[in-house]
Amino acid sequence: MQMSWKNELKPLGIIIVVFFASFFLPVGVYRFDNALIEGLELVKWYAQEHVLLCLVPAFFIAGAIGVFVSQNAVMRYLGAGAKKTVAYLVASVSGIILAVCSCTILPLFAGIYTRGAGLGPAIAFLYSGPAISVLSIILTARILGPEIGIARAVGAVSFSVIIGFLMELIFKKDEAERSAQIHLPEESSTPRPVYQTILYFFFMISILVFANWGKPDLQQGVWWTVFSLKWVITSVSAVAFGVILVLWYSHQAWKIGLVTVVSAMFAYILPTVPIIAFSAGFIGLTWSASTSGEENGSWIYASWDFTKQILPLLLMGVFIAGFLLGRPGNEGIIPNQWVATLVGGNSFFANFFSSIVGAFMYFATLTEVPIVQGLMGSGMGKGPSLALLLAGPALSLPNMLVIRSVIGTKKTVVFSLLVIIMATFSGMIFGMI
Amino acid sequence: MEIKVLGSGCAKCKKTEDLVKQVIGEAKVEATVEKVTDLMQIAGYGVFGTPAIVIDGEVKCVGKIPSKQEILNWIKP
Repeated sequence: MQMSWKNELKPLGIIIVVFFASFFLPVGVYRFDNALIEGLELVKWYAQEHVLLCLVPAFFIAGAIGVFVSQNAVMRYLGAGAKKTVAYLVASVSGIILAVCSCTILPLFAGIYTRGAGLGPAIAFLYSGPAISVLSIILTARILGPEIGIARAVGAVSFSVIIGFLMELIFKKDEAERSAQIHLPEESSTPRPVYQTILYFFFMISILVFANWGKPDLQQGVWWTVFSLKWVITSVSAVAFGVILVLWYSHQAWKIGLVTVVSAMFAYILPTVPIIAFSAGFIGLTWSASTSGEENGSWIYASWDFTKQILPLLLMGVFIAGFLLGRPGNEGIIPNQWVATLVGGNSFFANFFSSIVGAFMYFATLTEVPIVQGLMGSGMGKGPSLALLLAGPALSLPNMLVIRSVIGTKKTVVFSLLVIIMATFSGMIFGMI
Repeated sequence: MEIKVLGSGCAKCKKTEDLVKQVIGEAKVEATVEKVTDLMQIAGYGVFGTPAIVIDGEVKCVGKIPSKQEILNWIKP
């Protein structure tokens, strides 16, 4: 067979690059070896501290939102017939239930822009969605602390409205006529009374919050009392959740009962390792749900889908963050001094620089969190961290190209500029507080 | 028959496309299956969610992976 050299150029190039990289691999150089260990240590820390207690329940919650929350009801307010002010408000906060999967954001953005409430609300949704999806709220608050978690959510929501509104103001003229004909996703579940859905989510979130209750510095006061009772509260919430599942979500009583007994047994035998009882609980829940009808089955399927999609990327991102920046207090391959010089403190330059980097760099879903954690540990200021979190997930170079195909070059440029300016100033304000 | 699967390239959209092709093969129906990934084209159908299925210009399903039986009902004459 005739060998076509032209087709072989790419693999040849890859082999040459890999060869030279291996040839000059700086193994044995202290900085490199140490960075590798830092990366591995950080992955281990995430695996021990965050995966079972925080991420697993977060995946269950995200899956449940996709299946049990009526997204139709929300999307109606993003249609062409909706009132503008309502559309803005809904668009800015609806990311929490609509943006559970990152691949829904862009099609929905295009839909709202061309067929729905128009440019402003579409931009508001695009900007706030990635920042306030349940998974990113949970992970930001857990890893970077509640303060920055709240600042991120509040900042994203309020700036999304402002940026959307400015965009509509700037491009007032070329708002096209739209047809009102839209097709909303079908409801995947039978409607239930609202209070049932609320209680269902209340107890699931309560399990997540209390199982992850951090140890306060002071050994007294309300926070300490809650901390010392965290497993009691978590267990009570879990039992309440079980009762709800049996009463309203067609789980069988004997299955939930069995799961409760087994988990309680583990908690009794191994009281110092609550993670075992916790794991027994959610493994049992998975078993009960996947054998209790189509609806519960799709809940587990959706949660599993998130796990598959996000967990490998996240752990890879964690390793890279650890390799580049080290664990908090340690140094990775990048000297802490560089980070401190570029984005330390709360100067205009530090905020501006991290907004620009955030706007252009691509973060796989949620990996912005370990990256910012590493940067903060290396000396990044509080303000620039928020600036990066605000500009980061909403924009990236590949994302800009897709957005451009929907709204055109001019609007994309203006949007990117607005995001960078807003992120810079909100970072500065947050840094001053 | 002209079947379009609208989706931006996520796992669910891929699965929907495979499912549609499988059902067509089993039901032995004459049909073309086209994957639409361009956002503006997807938005042009007015669908507020992906994956979506459009058969001969008519939107049949939005925002979920349909069951085999559903697909069969749409393509059966």
